[in-house]
Formats: sequence, C-alpha cells, structure tokens
Amino acid sequence: MSSFWAIFVQSLRLAWRVGGGALLGLLFFLAVIVILPFAVGPDLKLLARIGPAILWIGALLATLLGLDRLFQADLEDGGLDVLYLSPLPLELAVLAKGLGHWVATGLPLIVGAPVFSLFLNLDATAIGGVTLTLLVGTPALVFIGVIGSALMVALQRGGMLLSILVLPLTIPVLIFGVSAANALNSASTTISTPFFTPFLILCALSLLSLVVGPIAGAAALRLARG
Amino acid sequence: MYLNVEKLILNRGERRILGPLDIRVEAGGFLAVRGPNGAGKSTLLRAIAGLLKPESGTIEIAGDAVSEDLPYQEHCHYFGHLDGLKTALTVAENLLFFQDLYGGETHLHSVDEALDIVALPRTRDLPVAYLSAGMRKRVAIARLLLNHRQVWLLDEPTSALDAASQDRLGVMMQSHLDTGGIIVAATHLPLPGAISDVLEIEPSQSYAPELGETWL
Repeated sequence: MSSFWAIFVQSLRLAWRVGGGALLGLLFFLAVIVILPFAVGPDLKLLARIGPAILWIGALLATLLGLDRLFQADLEDGGLDVLYLSPLPLELAVLAKGLGHWVATGLPLIVGAPVFSLFLNLDATAIGGVTLTLLVGTPALVFIGVIGSALMVALQRGGMLLSILVLPLTIPVLIFGVSAANALNSASTTISTPFFTPFLILCALSLLSLVVGPIAGAAALRLARG
Repeated sequence: MYLNVEKLILNRGERRILGPLDIRVEAGGFLAVRGPNGAGKSTLLRAIAGLLKPESGTIEIAGDAVSEDLPYQEHCHYFGHLDGLKTALTVAENLLFFQDLYGGETHLHSVDEALDIVALPRTRDLPVAYLSAGMRKRVAIARLLLNHRQVWLLDEPTSALDAASQDRLGVMMQSHLDTGGIIVAATHLPLPGAISDVLEIEPSQSYAPELGETWL
C-alpha cells in the first residue's frame, strides 16, 4: 500500500472510530435543518424557496465542525512528526488527509441531503439540484478549511478561530453553489440563471481548492515546524 | 556511513539553546547525549531529525549505502516523547500505517514479527487506548523495526519500560549497531547497549539580547 493511500485510509478510520467526527457532522447538519423551520414559521412556500440556501449553510457549518481537529490532533499526539519524516511530500500528505476527511464527513452529508430536503418541502428537481451542487461543492469547502486547519497548528489556536478565518473564504463557493441549486428550484423567485453557468464555476472552485488547499496547508505546517 | 553535525546552533526565538556543537558518529557508533533537564537534549534530537530548523550549521548523513537523492531526514527514525500513535486505532492498524507510510522498499520486519520482538503479540487487535504507558512505549519501539533506516534518534527510550523490556531494547539496539546503524540517544538513565561516545551538554547561559531590547 502506498504512503498516500495509507494516510487516506487512516484519515477515514479515525473519522469513523469512537470519538471521530463523521456522524457528528451529519447530526449537526440534521439539527440545523430541523431547527430552521421553527424560526421561519410553517410557511411551506417560503421553506421551499429558501430550502437550498439552508441546506448549503447547514452543510458548510457541518463541514467546518470536524476540521479544526484535523491537524491539531496530530500536533498533540506527535503524528505530525511522523508525517514530516515520511518520504511522501507534505503537500500530498495534506491532500490525502483532506480527501479522507471529505469521504468520511462530506459524503454522509450528501447522502443525508435528499432526505433532509423533504423537511424543507423541496420538489424532486430541487432535491437533485441541491444534492448535485453539494457533491461538487463540498470538496472546495473541505480544502479551504484544510488551509485554516493547518494554520491553526502554526498559530497554536483552535476552535472558533478556524470558523472566523475560513467562513469569509467560503463565500464564493456558497454564492455559486446556491445559485446553481436555485436554478433547478421551481419555488425560487430570484431571476433564474441557467444551471450550468454557476455550476461550472462551482466545479472550477472545487478543482482550484484541491490544488491550492494542499499547497497552502503544507506551507502552514512547515511554518509550524519552525 | 556517518552522521556529521558541524557548528550547529539552535535558537528558540532570540534565545540560544545549544551550540555551537560538532558531532561525528561513524557507522556502528552509539552516541549518548547526557545533561540535566532543560539542557536541550530533546531539542538537539529534533534538530537532527529535521523537525526544528537550526539557526546555523550543517547536518549530514552520507557515505556508503546512503542514497544521496533523499533528504537526510529520510534516513532517520525519530523516537520522541509523543509517539504519534492513534488511540482509537488498534496496535496493528497503527503499525501498518507506519510501515506503509515509510515506504515499501525499506521493509525490515512484518508487523507480527515486530510485535513478537517487543513481546506484545497478544495486543495486536487492541486499541492503543487500552494499553499501559509501558506497553505503548513498546509499540512505539516496534515501529523502529518495521522499516530500515540507518540512524535512530531516541529520546528517553527507556522511560516507563520495565527491566525485561529495557533488556530487549538493548538487544535491538545492539543488533542495529551490528548491521552498521547509528544511534543517538538522549537519556539520563544508564542505557543498555554499547555506548561508544558520550556528549555532555550543559544548560545554556547565554540568554541573547536583554529583555528590554526584545520587548520594546
């Protein structure tokens, strides 16, 4: 088994074992979706209109929830030293860890999204739109978060600071993700854009963050090594 | 093969911790680093492992049987206070991860063989969280056996180990030296094995600039 695959598998296992964050993220996502209708009231038309936006915000917050421990845990138990001395370039190690984290915590959100969409009165096309945009967009969220998570190691801080640092950077992803999802939502009242314009930009953002995230994350970890 | 350290100076911020220091260890050599708490033993080992950037000076591992293409850190096993074991994963999962991460062509012992050598065969499928401090240390020691790396950098390898485990570690270290390996170990315990050289380090007195200068 190659070094890259070893890190990927370990990242998956850690997320799914006792104390891992995979199911926690999904439950948090569910909590956000369930609690929102209580705030906006039982207006089914309104829920259907803002449904995709709520799902996206829920997924964004759930993604960030597990990320602050991604490298912090490795710093505390010496796992980072193990990574530094491995023959694998640090960039690829960060990529493997991020991908493992996405499969463990991002994919469950995407599987949950169609079910949770029912709570928000979305129709079949809108559910498809939200699920597809989340599938394409969550890697971008994870890899923007990876940069923040690695910076937390360099700054020796954690928790809320990660969200404060990362949330503004996720705005473009949120804009294009929600507008692509809304293009397929018949209840949406905003001027409808064609689906593919924002969707392709969302794809581009994800691909870009897959490249930039590991490079910037590895740079932050090297800084932390001092 | 040899490990050569020249004019190494280590700082933390503005404060000089160690140096200048010259070290040379030949193949089969065992350097014991000794000194009181806070003298910088761990810092020195971390620097040799490449985990700390030195202020100045050079560190190299070269000679026969050392590929020049690799950064010198990749010839080192670093054994520190933090073992990097994941408590939620089993002993075997931890060791397999380490073996795969450190590369296929350097395989020395399988996970089961390594666990036999540290006398922990029955813990194979237990989560690391269930192990005692000494057993955990032995799992970390087992990692040294999975992949062949010429230089072992051991930071307090005998702490938390019982007498029998210390003897086993001594045998392991001796056989590593016999195959031409190098060991640099920081400890204030009498170490098992054949020590060929001792480096005594003193706590540094040279606190670089005055406090006023740094803070104003």
